[in-house]
Amino acid sequence: MNNIIKKFLPQILAILFVVLIFGFLTINAQTNMDNRGIDFGFGFLSQESSFDVQFSLIEYSGSDSYARAFLVGLLNTLLVSFISIIFCTILGVIIGVARLSSNYLIKNSAAWYVEFFRNIPLLLQIFFWYYAALRALPLPEKANAWFGVTYMTVKGYYIPSMVWENLNVFLYCGLAAIISIIVLRNYANNLRDNKGKQIPVLLYSLAILIILPLLSFLIGGVSLEFELPQLKKLSKISYIYEGGISLPPELIALVLALSLYTSTFVAECVRAGIEGVSKGQKEAAASVGLTPNQVLKLVIMPQALRIIIPPTTNQYLNLTKNSSLAAAIAYPDLVLVFAGTALMQTGKAIEIVSITMLTYLTISLTIAAIMNWYNKKIEIKEK
Amino acid sequence: MFKLVKQLTSLVAMFAVLFAFSTETMAAKKSKTLENTKKRGFVRCGVSQGLPGFSNADESGNWTGIDVDVCRAVAAATLGDATKVKFTPLSAKERFTALTSGEIDILSRNTTWTLSRDADIGLTFVGVNFYDGQGFMVRKGSGIKSTSEFKNGTSVCTNLGTTTELNMRDFFDSRGISYEPVVFEKADEVVAAYDAGRCDTYTTDKSGLAAQRTKLSAPDDHVVLPETISKEPLGPVVRQGDSVWEDIVRWSLNTMIEAEEYGVNSSNADMMKTSNNPAIKRLVGAEGELGAAFGLDNDWNLRIIKQVGNYGESYKRNIADTGILPDRGPNELWTKGGILYVPPAR
Repeated sequence: MNNIIKKFLPQILAILFVVLIFGFLTINAQTNMDNRGIDFGFGFLSQESSFDVQFSLIEYSGSDSYARAFLVGLLNTLLVSFISIIFCTILGVIIGVARLSSNYLIKNSAAWYVEFFRNIPLLLQIFFWYYAALRALPLPEKANAWFGVTYMTVKGYYIPSMVWENLNVFLYCGLAAIISIIVLRNYANNLRDNKGKQIPVLLYSLAILIILPLLSFLIGGVSLEFELPQLKKLSKISYIYEGGISLPPELIALVLALSLYTSTFVAECVRAGIEGVSKGQKEAAASVGLTPNQVLKLVIMPQALRIIIPPTTNQYLNLTKNSSLAAAIAYPDLVLVFAGTALMQTGKAIEIVSITMLTYLTISLTIAAIMNWYNKKIEIKEK
Repeated sequence: MFKLVKQLTSLVAMFAVLFAFSTETMAAKKSKTLENTKKRGFVRCGVSQGLPGFSNADESGNWTGIDVDVCRAVAAATLGDATKVKFTPLSAKERFTALTSGEIDILSRNTTWTLSRDADIGLTFVGVNFYDGQGFMVRKGSGIKSTSEFKNGTSVCTNLGTTTELNMRDFFDSRGISYEPVVFEKADEVVAAYDAGRCDTYTTDKSGLAAQRTKLSAPDDHVVLPETISKEPLGPVVRQGDSVWEDIVRWSLNTMIEAEEYGVNSSNADMMKTSNNPAIKRLVGAEGELGAAFGLDNDWNLRIIKQVGNYGESYKRNIADTGILPDRGPNELWTKGGILYVPPAR
């Protein structure tokens, strides 16, 4: 009897404590809101938002609902996080490997890069890229073309957009290519395991990846045209580019700052991971006759990844949460659009802030879940 | 076993006591805000982060402007000293939360009076101290003379969390023009972005445009377009639920405007005590018991006029003499062709 109480009492108390705290907070907020005549409710989500957003991945105008404005902000947050995660990973791996280089210059410049970008506050870096670096760009009419067809201006980066015909045929071909590569790989693995034969999988894969989509152009009726940005006059002295896609400078500044900053942490994770694999592994692998490439691919990396993935997950989460600093430079992310404009126009502070918090929580947990799944997949399988 | 139960009950009791005390209750009759203000010894006033003419701090931290003067008038009325104000600079986004959460007691920050703000979010507007309207500023060299010359793709810089954001959408939508809103939280960031050429036009209240123009690198290269696209009655705001405090703020503002109407100003206020006009005598506290209605003494309005001045003095000092808007336009008294009209103080 006593043992049971000792076992469960602390837990019951803990639950009670949590329930009490939440209950108190709810009641307190309710009382104070009643006193001040503020209603609580989520009905506003279906109301017309009546404000516009600068940059949106989906169709949106002021006559859409607040719920759609939320979606616009959410997608913008996901967009900037997604692009930055990809860039910071690529950059991080390069820098991390460079720090282990035996070349004095490469090793030390990588170290300097890491120390420099890691130790300046992120907000300051965002301000630097937006207010200092991108402001120095030319006005649209004075911009020189990069790669002949793209224009980097103070109003944004203008790139050609693609106009597809029969896009779905092309996508099916791409899908077919990917599936056949997977099948090929499995076949090659079986061949190697059972008969000890090796076939150049990479070469074949590349060939499939090029030939199948190419076929879709030749016989599938797919065609691709590019719409180029054209200079348009707005008034005597102001111009913009029309047609094509315009990437706002706010997005560019944010991606630059986030990926440069986070890549330093990723680089350190990568370095730690590779250094964490003991030298004996490499020597043993070399002594059984594996080529240096195979040593890296089959022996070092699988073990290093186990060390790299968990801390890198944290960096991805940090990056996503840091993207909320976007509001400082007018990039319409979730915080600016929903916890900013929508909150101001509706006055529903508690509702909107809780929705925003829950959304970030969901994004973070989703990223963590994906990375955990990947980590599980590559971790040591004891037989 | 018994001991455990006893401990448990005392723990629960402790929590119950803790939580019971912390919920706030509002006094129905008396003004809690006034009481707290007197106890604290200063009025807590929310202002802008720097808008010349309305609320702006100089290098040594002295706040001036017609919005600032409203708070000073309340301090003069309630505490007897117009300098006893603590100013909290707020962004447009922060302002209402600061007021409803009780961080400040008056929000005097060029805030537009609208139905949804008044009715929805626990605020009460007490009056209008500046009649404004939204306008556009463009570069002179652009040759744009009217808002009808805006073309598709115009980028527009403005502030986050303002009625401006909504008016701008109404304006461009009704004309079928596509535009790119670039929305910043701080006014200085908007000015910097517009100045750098990020935007083709800058939109906010016309008084704001006139004031912010002075911050541009070459103010003379910019021009405010003649059209006014909205009504923006700006005025002080208080929290809902303290009607006495609401009245104090409303009538502090009204006193300033009525004093101008009757020709009472900071230099002649004392002499006006012997005036023949009962309306004037009421304004300087020489007749009637007006202050008692809010729980103030009878000299509350005299102190406002003596220490802060009437509305005309405040306007001249802050807006006309600084060259922001020399012409009073609609902000002239109703007796002089404007729309400034307040209920009688009697």
